Amino acid sequence: MHIVVCIKQVPDSAQIRVHPVTNTIMRQGVPAIINPFDLAAIEEALQLKDRYGARVTVLTMGPPQAEAALRKAIAYGADDVVLLTDRAFAGADTLATSFALAQAIRKLGEEEAVDLVMTGKQTIDGDTAQVGPGIAKRLDLQLLTYVSEITDLDLSAGKITVQRRSEGGVQVIKTRLPALITMLESSNTIRFASMPNMFRAERQVVPQWNRDRAGIEDASKIGLKGSPTVVSKIFTPRPSSQRAKMVGADLDATGVANAVLDVLSSDHPRFAREIGLVTP
Amino acid sequence: MTDNSAAAPKPKGKKRLELDPKLAAYRGVWVFVEMERGQVHPVSWELLGEGRKLADVLEVELAALILGGDVGECDAAADQAFGYGANLAYTVADPVLADYRNQPYTRALTDLVNRYQPEILLLGATTLGRDLAGSVATTLLTGLTADCTELAIDPDNRGLLATRPTFGGSLLCTIQTLNYRPQMATVRPRVMAVPEAVSGRTGQIIQEKLQMVEEDIIAKVLEYIPDQNQEKAQLAYADIIVAGGRGMGRAENFQLLWGLARVLGAEVGGSRPVTHAGWLPAERQIGQSGKTVRPKLYIAAGISGAIQHRVGMESSDIIIAINNDPNAPIFDFATYGIVGDALQILPALTDAMRSRLSVSRRAG
Ligand SMILES: Cc1cc2nc3c(=O)[nH]c(=O)nc-3n(C[C@H](O)[C@H](O)[C@H](O)COP(=O)(O)OP(=O)(O)OC[C@H]3O[C@@H](n4cnc5c(N)ncnc54)[C@H](O)[C@@H]3O)c2cc1C
Ligand SMILES: Nc1ncnc2c1ncn2[C@@H]1O[C@H](COP(=O)(O)O)[C@@H](O)[C@H]1O
Repeated sequence: MHIVVCIKQVPDSAQIRVHPVTNTIMRQGVPAIINPFDLAAIEEALQLKDRYGARVTVLTMGPPQAEAALRKAIAYGADDVVLLTDRAFAGADTLATSFALAQAIRKLGEEEAVDLVMTGKQTIDGDTAQVGPGIAKRLDLQLLTYVSEITDLDLSAGKITVQRRSEGGVQVIKTRLPALITMLESSNTIRFASMPNMFRAERQVVPQWNRDRAGIEDASKIGLKGSPTVVSKIFTPRPSSQRAKMVGADLDATGVANAVLDVLSSDHPRFAREIGLVTP
Repeated sequence: MTDNSAAAPKPKGKKRLELDPKLAAYRGVWVFVEMERGQVHPVSWELLGEGRKLADVLEVELAALILGGDVGECDAAADQAFGYGANLAYTVADPVLADYRNQPYTRALTDLVNRYQPEILLLGATTLGRDLAGSVATTLLTGLTADCTELAIDPDNRGLLATRPTFGGSLLCTIQTLNYRPQMATVRPRVMAVPEAVSGRTGQIIQEKLQMVEEDIIAKVLEYIPDQNQEKAQLAYADIIVAGGRGMGRAENFQLLWGLARVLGAEVGGSRPVTHAGWLPAERQIGQSGKTVRPKLYIAAGISGAIQHRVGMESSDIIIAINNDPNAPIFDFATYGIVGDALQILPALTDAMRSRLSVSRRAG
């Protein structure tokens, strides 16, 4: 079985600031990590490998520095990795990103047919949750989003059964391979890197694929050109106009509680009547 | 979008642009009405309220798209949609659509779009809506902006201006789909207000057929396990929420929140550290990577008010914040602030509330 896991390197913290003059993102000094939701995808792939035997290839599209994320993936136990990197990919929205990733997965499939593609639920920087469905559509894979558990995998029959979250409950779905799964967070916890894998992570060559190597002929489908959406404005949320009215300074707990209910009742009489805080 | 595109140059769009005739053929605003097992997700009505505004600016019709397993269900949803502002409803009723599955839903929706060519298509950013939107946008090769918090029309070119938080809510960006149609966007539940339903309003129902039979569909739903207590829906749509943060100290102290919630008939929620620590179940997390809520009253105890929490609750009508740090950011946007120990204030507040409620109930 060949599993391809798509991961993205993202800035660690939400402490991203905007440059006050150029209005661009300042990422300096912000450490990069593997998108936390993608760790669930890596772990699930490794568990399938433990159970059924598999080759796990981890794929990322990003700048050359994203190599660090792939080395980390090797340390967790990934067999192979590919870094899809080319200036031509820059500025991609979800449609162009899913096109490039799908193309690379197709290429990987030429070496060994891909049975399962796994992604995280969403990224913490883009957080669109759209790249997974996009890849599935382009490769005509069965799409299984928000999966909390893979309950059965019948390789000889090429069938997979999963539990996936829907709005009001859990669906148990059975479908065929090849499929694409987006893993729900907290469905598992990433394992510790083993010593041998950590050593391997340092030594292993990380193949870098550019556009040609990924077999992408049509440059109009990637990067900024291949992106139907354009960012027309980027700005910081407007600060709140009001600061809280402070209540009950110098009072004891009971005093504070009564003071806040008093001011609530007088400022918002309708609401207070509605909940029965004051007599109608 | 990716971070790379965030720095993209600003398109110059000040003059009135003439739309390519191929694009200009796309007209009308569509809202996908999300129905699961006969139940319409309220985000559909929120979207109709917002869609109505966009349609009015564009001077076009607002249509509801309804897919379901049975004609009666679809017609009932259409009637409701008219009450919330739709002029017409496209329905596809087929037993194949009874349970959500990506393949037939994507097919039904893309067929409708190709046939009737709307300029804007809105879906809820729910598990169902995101699954469907990504597939439909990729099939149609058009732009999709996920998780929008604000929608508007660009007066220069009739285009949709879709604003969404990015980088965990620390930034907002406005995204446009200039040269592709339809312009697609998803919006999270509770970000937009539910409009007032007007009874007696009617519209036209256009029934379409699904161009697919059960044998064409590979995925089979073996079982559907409904959530025991509908917790998810209740929190997002609760009128009063009592929420706790890391400042509550430990799991046991959440009894104080549950106690106050009982007196108020409220739901309990929390910040991310709280759900991560297992003090509350994950579905009670409020914020950017949890639920968006907009109750009439939100009581925040021991929550600092980080931007990722704030984006999920700042539309609450009244916010009471309890925090022992007078400089906590939550005081920058709460309605009322109490500086003090939540572990002492909460029991006092519960007592005061209980006695006032019982007095007023006896009197009333
Ligand atoms: C990508 C991303 C997504 C995120 N998504 C979310 C999200 O969806 N929801 C979310 O909530 N967070 C989210 N976060 C985390 C967020 O950045 C904050 O870390 C989090 O909201 C802080 O939670 P808190 O306020 O409970 O804890 P803290 O920030 O630790 O604040 C605790 C507060 O309690 C006060 N306090 C301490 N003791 C007491 C006491 N006895 N009485 C009263 N007050 C007391 C302290 O003064 C402090 O202000 C996300 C972060 C990232 C990077
Ligand atoms: N540049 C990328 N390289 C590899 N995988 C990605 C990339 N962007 C997104 N993904 C995958 O798609 C998922 C959803 O991403 P998003 O649509 O940005 O929320 C992520 O959890 C990743 O698994």
